[in-house]
This record gives sequence, structure tokens and C-alpha cells, in this order.
Amino acid sequence: MSDWPLLSTVVFLPLVGALMILLVKGDTAIARRNITNVALWTTVVTFLISLLVLSQFDADNPGFQMQEKADWLGASISYRMGVDGISILFVILTTALMPAAIYASRNSITKRVKEYMIAFLVLETMMIGVFCALDLVLFYLFFEAGLIPMFLIIGIWGGQNRVYASFKFFLYTLAGSVLMLLAVMAMYWDAGTTDIVTLLAHPFSQQMQIWLWLAFFASFAVKMPMWPVHTWLPDAHVQAPTAGSVILAAILLKMGGYGFLRFSLPMFPVASEMFAPLVYTLSVIAIIYTSLVALAQQDIKKLIAYSSVAHMGYVTMGIFSMTQQGVQGGIFQMISHGIVSGALFLCVGVVYDRMHTREISAYGGLVNRMPVFATLFMIFTMANIGLPGTSGFVGEFLTIIGVFQVNTWVALFAATGVILSASYALWLYRRIIFGKLEKESLKGILDMDAREKLILVPLAALTILFGFYPAPIQSITAVAVENLINNYQAALSAADKLALLAQ
Amino acid sequence: MYSAILFLPLIGFLIAGFFGRTLGHKASEIITSTLLVIAALLSWIAFLSVGIGHGSPQTVNILTWISSGDLQIDWAIRVDTLTVVMLVVVNTISALVHIYSIGYMHADPNRARFFAYLSLFTFAMLSLVTADNLLQMFFGWEGVGLASYLLIGFWYQKPSANAAAMKAFIVNRVGDFGFLLGLCGIYVLFDSVSFGNIFANADAMKDTTIHFLGQDLNAMTTICLLLFMGAMGKSAQFLLHTWLPDAMEGPTPVSALIHAATMVTAGVFMVARLSPLFELSPTALEVVTFIGATTAFFAATVGLVQNDIKRVIAYSTCSQLGYMFVALGIGAYGAAVFHLFTHAFFKALLFLGAGSVIHAVSDEQDMRRMGGLRKHIKLTYAMMLIGTFALTGVGIPGTILGFAGFNSKDAIIESAFAATNSMANYAFAMTVIAALFTSFYSWRLIFMTFHGRERMSPDAKAHIHESPAVMMVPLMVLALGAIAAGMVFSSYFYGHAYDEFWKGALFTGAENEVMHESHGVPVMVKLAPFGMMAIGFLVAVVFYLLSPVIPKRLAERHNWLYRFLLNKWYFDELYSFIFIRGAKGLGSLLWKRGDEGIIDRFGPNGIAARVVALTNRINKLQTGYVYHYAFAMMIGVAILITYSMLSGGTH
Repeated sequence: MSDWPLLSTVVFLPLVGALMILLVKGDTAIARRNITNVALWTTVVTFLISLLVLSQFDADNPGFQMQEKADWLGASISYRMGVDGISILFVILTTALMPAAIYASRNSITKRVKEYMIAFLVLETMMIGVFCALDLVLFYLFFEAGLIPMFLIIGIWGGQNRVYASFKFFLYTLAGSVLMLLAVMAMYWDAGTTDIVTLLAHPFSQQMQIWLWLAFFASFAVKMPMWPVHTWLPDAHVQAPTAGSVILAAILLKMGGYGFLRFSLPMFPVASEMFAPLVYTLSVIAIIYTSLVALAQQDIKKLIAYSSVAHMGYVTMGIFSMTQQGVQGGIFQMISHGIVSGALFLCVGVVYDRMHTREISAYGGLVNRMPVFATLFMIFTMANIGLPGTSGFVGEFLTIIGVFQVNTWVALFAATGVILSASYALWLYRRIIFGKLEKESLKGILDMDAREKLILVPLAALTILFGFYPAPIQSITAVAVENLINNYQAALSAADKLALLAQ
Repeated sequence: MYSAILFLPLIGFLIAGFFGRTLGHKASEIITSTLLVIAALLSWIAFLSVGIGHGSPQTVNILTWISSGDLQIDWAIRVDTLTVVMLVVVNTISALVHIYSIGYMHADPNRARFFAYLSLFTFAMLSLVTADNLLQMFFGWEGVGLASYLLIGFWYQKPSANAAAMKAFIVNRVGDFGFLLGLCGIYVLFDSVSFGNIFANADAMKDTTIHFLGQDLNAMTTICLLLFMGAMGKSAQFLLHTWLPDAMEGPTPVSALIHAATMVTAGVFMVARLSPLFELSPTALEVVTFIGATTAFFAATVGLVQNDIKRVIAYSTCSQLGYMFVALGIGAYGAAVFHLFTHAFFKALLFLGAGSVIHAVSDEQDMRRMGGLRKHIKLTYAMMLIGTFALTGVGIPGTILGFAGFNSKDAIIESAFAATNSMANYAFAMTVIAALFTSFYSWRLIFMTFHGRERMSPDAKAHIHESPAVMMVPLMVLALGAIAAGMVFSSYFYGHAYDEFWKGALFTGAENEVMHESHGVPVMVKLAPFGMMAIGFLVAVVFYLLSPVIPKRLAERHNWLYRFLLNKWYFDELYSFIFIRGAKGLGSLLWKRGDEGIIDRFGPNGIAARVVALTNRINKLQTGYVYHYAFAMMIGVAILITYSMLSGGTH
């Protein structure tokens, strides 16, 4: 069993499911049902196998585990897979949320169900691949190819303005990925390999680090998204179908943060230290600016999208503080945000499926007819605000305390986010949930059904569990992050010595 | 036992919250109330053993919470005298409020939810007062904020209740902003946030500086002031007080429990708990004194003219919290906690009594439409009188004989006179004047409500009734506290048994002699609060019993002053203009001008326009952008592979 390539199984199992769906013929109700079931079961099994990966994972080992290697393109570019304490949680996050996304689409998607499910399964393979790849070219392939299904999901199953949204999405990411491709080639040229493990130990010259850092930054900053390259996100979210928003917010946004942790910080430490103030500035602007913008929104999804940008500001700030708390907090924040924002978009989907509008003003007083929904939405709203006792708090707190040790100005501005997030989130909640139920159109609205509860209740349970007991996540990341920071500091002091010698 | 005290309310919350609908209202009420009564009895046992007796302070570890590098934070219970005092206050008042609510909320269709929230609040408050580290305290701190938000907005169909709930949460968050930064500062300084480590090393850090916002500041002062910002928010101190009067939108039992007896005193508790830190920073203590004294005065002036019975009591609470902060600021921590303790009893009594009044007159809260009620609801009248005696501080100067507030409030005023703090004189003046106002508005409330002409609507008049026993018994228990708490516990909290009682839970520096000095102040000082109380009473008698035209004429003659006070110094208008409209306006501006006007216009839309123009001209690749994208990527990969093949031999 130990020889079995477990990681590759997790990565490619969704593709097998997609192939099976391809074989289903016809577009009848039964066929659609079968397609959905195949997709659902595929993602569930993938999730279960990924848990097996987790159970075999040794959290005390800072290196890559369950490595796989096969020749691919000549000697220097090969198929390499592996996970460490930083990446494994993202794998689990992806596999855990996919069943929810598929299940949530069961009733809301009626046209071209086959293509839709295939797109999602392909997307899952690409996303897991990003987090498992240990070869730069492989990573790049997964990273960029994953955008195609997402692009299709928005462009085909999206709302009215979907073409504009998908175009914007395309433009931003293209700009970033072209630069990243150049950087990948440059790195290969310099180090002679695209093996990530080797590259992690490869000392790039200072000059080169700066250019490479900027090229990767262009791609990751768009993906995060960081201010000011964030404007694609609200449009993409608004136009995407519910499941698309869920995956976009919960997982695709995390690729940027993962990229910083996997490449920018360990491979270009000197440049990272040099550019940290830039990252802080952009993060703080993101936190304050987008929170204020969120306050002005009239569309539920747009509001949550802007709040995502603000929350990602905490992540970048924490990661570049390069303190144990900051980096661990950044990872925790990403996982937590994956659960919470995914759940918030699912909540929007619940009411959207009933009313077919995302306008905040079309709602009001839902608690009168939907008490269960109101309760769950309250839990996720509070997690979004970062109330202690929910997972949202732990990440926010750790990133702030992490960055406080490095720069108090940044911590001060970031902490204003706790006021602003409460303002926009509670105001949203009040306008949608509280009040009298006066609108004629809402009088017949039904509370959540069993399927919707089955999707959201586990997410709520996780949100609260990790709020009170974050140890399961913290213990996995602790050693890997410590290792990351130690190597970073070692590289920095080595560079300092080199600079002294040169004088 | 300590775990039981902490978790019984949580169990109550979970049962009533999840199964309330299945169990029914009656069962939820009984379960939550019973659990709270048990917790209250256990708290008294703990109080007797740890406080009065010789039980040793201890820590009960429960679970690891956050662990990251050097930062190790546990869920743990810290038991010392300060904790058990708070346990007694919180659980006793909470248990009584639970029972009272069975009667008060008997017609509400969502009673189970109400009791669940009450128990949730109690749990959060308990985890605040039992916290062994600052972060757990912050958990409780925000937890009570959540419960307060839910309970203020309990009647969610009322827009004003929703607005008040939001306001309470957000204003509190402004304070929490400071708390959070202070917490970070503590960690940087001590490498730990647990009280044990902080207190043990506090003295060594006395003159350390911290690099904060580009400047090297005294670490203790900076941290204490940041933390105090949190206390100001939670305890509704001057500048961050605006949420408290609006919080009266919640049901009256909530006002009694959260917005009078327990949650709003969390700030006082925090400063008392952190006395080893505050004691090291004279500057921070001066700020605490100044803010406390200003609040005591400011809130009392506003209380003079309010007409809503609950708002009068709310401003009174705000003012009394100011007294407590004065006591903390001048280093009389014992007096502050003592006043917290007695205030909990008599203010809860006044609020629940007001609830009984409101209940009697068909949910009317405006005192201008009450009057003459003493003949109809005699027992409530008696209870309110006891509460008023306690609040205004009726007692015999020079002895300990008097109602609860007499002992604790006078102790604060005398300490303010004796203190050496540079703000002490200001504090003494403000608290004495506030004592006059307190007496006036308290008696004004009694006279407008229970005396004079009956001004109710005929409909309400026909329904006037005394409240049922389930509401009156808790009132009587509280009345007992309001009468005796001061006399019984005076020597423990702030007297000759001080050291044996506190056992070091409150820290005072070597040169802090406030308590001893305060017992030897001149007779005039001891008489001052008594005199003020008498004057306030007499003026109220003249204004509201003998010739009710005087207040009207005064209001007309000094119209601007009247309006200024009635509108609470125009703080709400000012904040609404600056912050609420400001934030919304800025948000719209950034969105329309920033995101759409600049970033999109010159970014994607600009490029898009060029690309669209270009593709239209070529007019061949309009099959969809995906293909462009896939195409671009394929070319990239192809180049890379070719490159690797070609260069493969050279490496």
C-alpha cells in the first residue's frame, strides 16, 4: 500500500470521474441526475482518499512527503509530486469543499449539466495538482490550466454580464502568467532544473531574485487578489454560478498565498525582505479600502467578494511578516477563509435559488420565515467579522500579532479592519435577515431543505471547532513553517555576509 | 466545581438553543434557570471559601487553545478573590434575571431563544472573569458583545432595536481595536499573554520602552492606554458611551443583567485585574481618572432631563461606571470593585423594578405618561425606593450603617479626596457634583413615576396590575443585597480585612496609601456626599411634588442648555455626521472613482477596448477568449519544452 502513488490518485481521480461522465448519453432528467451523482461520488471518494493522505502525513517532518517521481520531459523536467505541512491542508480544503460545491449545484444548474460537471472535475484535478506539484513546469501547467475550466464556468453558466466578467478575469490572469512563464524559464536557465526541491536550495543572485520575485508577484498578486489588481474578483463572483463563487473564493484565491509561501519567500528571500514594505502597504490598503468599498455595495455577492479581498490582505501581511505567528496565521486565515467565504457564498446561493436576485434591497426580514438559515448565516457572518470562538478570529489575530512584532504601523492599520468588517457584515445581515417581512415576493419563501442543511451544517461545525480548537491545523503547519522561517533567516544572513565580502 | 460554574450556563444555552423548539418554552425556561441557580449557589460557596475563608488561589487548565511558536495560549480558569467576587455578581444577578424573565417574557413567542441568549451571555461573561490570560479574556469580551448584540436586537422586527444592536457591537469594536493592539504589545514585551507570567515580570518592565508607531514610548503607559481603550468601549465611558442608552431597546431584563450589573463592568474588572500593570504607569492612571470623572459628571447631567424611565437609569449606570474608573485611577482598586459589587445589586433592582413598572402600565416607558403609581403597585414602589436609597447613598456619615451605595460610593469620594494623583482634585469635584445630580434624577424618577397626577392613557390605567411573584421574588432578593451588601462586606473589600480578603488579587504599589488615607479624611469631606444627596432630594421634592411648573419654566428660560442635555451633548449627531456618513461616503467614492473610475478604466477596460478593436479588425479569432488563452499557454509551454530539449545537452 505504501508504494501506491496516493497523491497522484487524489489528483487524477476527478479526471476519471470526468471521463465517466463523458460516457453518459442523452440529456434527459435521469441522465442529468446520473451525471450529478457520478460527479458527487467522485468528489466524495477523492475526499476520503485525501484523508488517507492526511493520516499518513507526518507533521514532525519539515520536508516533502509521499514524494513521487517519473520521467517526463527529458532529464530536467519531470513529473514530481509531494506534500509538506504547508500544502497538505490546501489539498484537504479543496477535496472537502468540492462535494459541497457539486451538491449545491444539483438543482440550480439545468442547462449543459454534463459539461458543467466535467468542468468542475477537471478544475479539481488542476487545483489539487497545484498544491502537490514539486516541479515548476508541472506547477505552472496546473496553475494556468486550472483557469480554463473556471473561465468556462463563469462564461457559460454565469449571470447576465458574464462575458465582461470572464474577459476581465482573463486579462488580469494572462498578464500575470506571461510574466511568470518568463520567470520559470529564467529559473530553469539559471539552475538547470525545474525541480522545486532543488530550486529551494538554489541560491539565486540578488539581481535575479528581484526580477524573479516581481514576475511571480505579478501572477500571485492577481490571484490573491491584492489591491489594486483586485477588480476582476467582484465581477467574477457576481457573475459566476454559486458553486463557481465557492471554489473561486475558497480555493483559487489561496493559490496566490500558497505561491508566495512556496516560491517567493524561500527561493527569493533577499527580494522578499526588500519588497516586504510594498506588500505591507498594499495589504493595509486592501484591508481598509476594500472594507470601505464593501460598505457601499448593493449586491450581496459583491459585498462578500470585497470582504474577501480585505481578508486576503491579512494573509499577505501575515506571510511577509516572516514570524512564526504571522505565517501560521496567514495559512490559518486562508483555510478559515476557505471554509467561511465558501459557506457565505453557499448561503447567498440558498436565497438566490429562491428569489433569483442578489440585490440586498430585495430582501429583508428573512428570519421570520427562515430561522435555520438566519442562524447559519449569523455563524458565518460572525466568523467573517472575526469573532473569537470562530475560525475567523484565530487567523486574524495571529497575523496581527505577527506583524506587530515587525511593524506597528501595519498592525495599527490592519486592526482597524476589525471595526470595518463588523460594520459592513452586520449591516448586510441587518438588511437581509432582520426587520419585518414586508416584501410581497418573500412571503412564501421556504427555509433550508435537508440538502442545503447537509452542505452548510458541517461547515458551521468546522468554523466553530477551529475557533475553539485550532490545534489540528496549527500542529500540521508548525514544523514546516518553522523550517521555512529558519531557512529564510539563514539565507538572509548568508546574503549579508556575501555583501560584506564584496565590499 | 469551577468548571461546573463555568459550563452549566453553556449547557443551558446549548439545550435551549438547539432543542428549544422541540422542548417547548416552559422546559427551556426551567432548564436554563435551574442550571443558573445551581451555578449561583456554587459561586457563593467558592466566594466563601476563597474570599472570606482561606481557600488558596488556583488555576484549572482545560484545553490548549492557540499555539504558535512562543505563543502558547490555553483555555484555563484562574481562581482568586477577584474572580470569585465576579462569579458571585454574575451568577447571582443572572439567575435572578432568568427567573424574573419567566414572568416578564411570558407572552413572547420566542422565549426559548431569549433564555438561550441569556445563558450564552452568562457563559461568555464567566469566561471573561475566569480568564487566565488576556486572549481568553478577549474571547469573553467579544462573546458578551455578541450576546449583547443578539439580546438588544431580540425584537428583530423593530428597526430601532436592530440599529441599537449594531451600534453597540460596532462601538464596542472601536474599543476592542485598542484592546487587540494592547494585547500584541503585551506579547512583544513579555513573550506571553498569560497573567501569571505578565504579573511576575511586570515590575522589571517598568521603565522599558516600546517602539510603537515610529516612536520609543514608555511600554507600560502605551499598553495600559491601549487596553483601557477596550475598557472604555465595554464600560461605555465618555466618547465611547453612545451605545449604552440605545441598548435600552432590548428587553428590560437584558438591560438589568447586561447593561447595568455585569457586562458594562467588564472594563472595570479588566483594569482591576491588570492592576499590577496600571499601578506602574502613573500617566495611564491619570487618564483613567480623568475619563472616569468626566463620565460620572457628563452622564449625570444628561440623566437630569431624560423622560424615558430606562434611559434615566442607563445614564445613571454610565455615571456610576465613571465612579468606578475614578476609584481605579486613583489606585483604590478595592473601592472600585466594591462599588461594582454593590452597584450590581441596586442597579439590577432598579432596572427590574422599572421593568415591573413598564409591565404594569402596558409597556409604556415615557415617565410623562405615568404618575401616581404608588397606590397601584405598592410592592414595586417599595422596591424602587430601596434601590433609590442605595443609589443615592442613604446612610449615617461616619459609620458603616447605610444602604449599599452609601458605603461604596462614599469610599470612592473620600479616596478621591485623599489621593495624590494629579487628577484627584478634579475627580473629587466631579464625583461630588455628580452625587448631587444622582440624587436629583433618582428622586425625579420616583416622583414622576409613582407620585403626582395619573397621566396614563385610560386604556393603560384600566390594566394596571402588580407583577406576579415570579418577578417580585427576584426583586426582593436584590433588595436584600441593596440594603445589606455594603454593610456586610465593607471591611473585606475596602477596610481592615482588605489584605486577608484579596490575598494579592489586587495589586497596589508600595507607595499607594490611598485606602488608609481615605479613612482619615476631614469630617466635611465625609459629610459632602450626604449633603449633596439631601440637596438633590429637596430640589426634586420642590420641582416635582410641590410646584411642578418650575422645571418647565427653567427649561424654557435656558432652552439651549435643556436641549443640549436632552440631546446628550449632541454626540450621536456628531458621530453620525463624521463616522457613519463619512465611511459610507468614502466607500462609495472609492468604489465609483477608485475601482471603476481609475483602476478599471485604465486597467482591464482600457486594454479590453484595444483588444476588442484589434480582434474585430482581424475578425477571425472571435470563437471565444478561452481559445486565445489556451493557445497562448500552449505556445508558452511549447517554447519552454523546445528550449529544454535544445539546451538539455548542454547542461
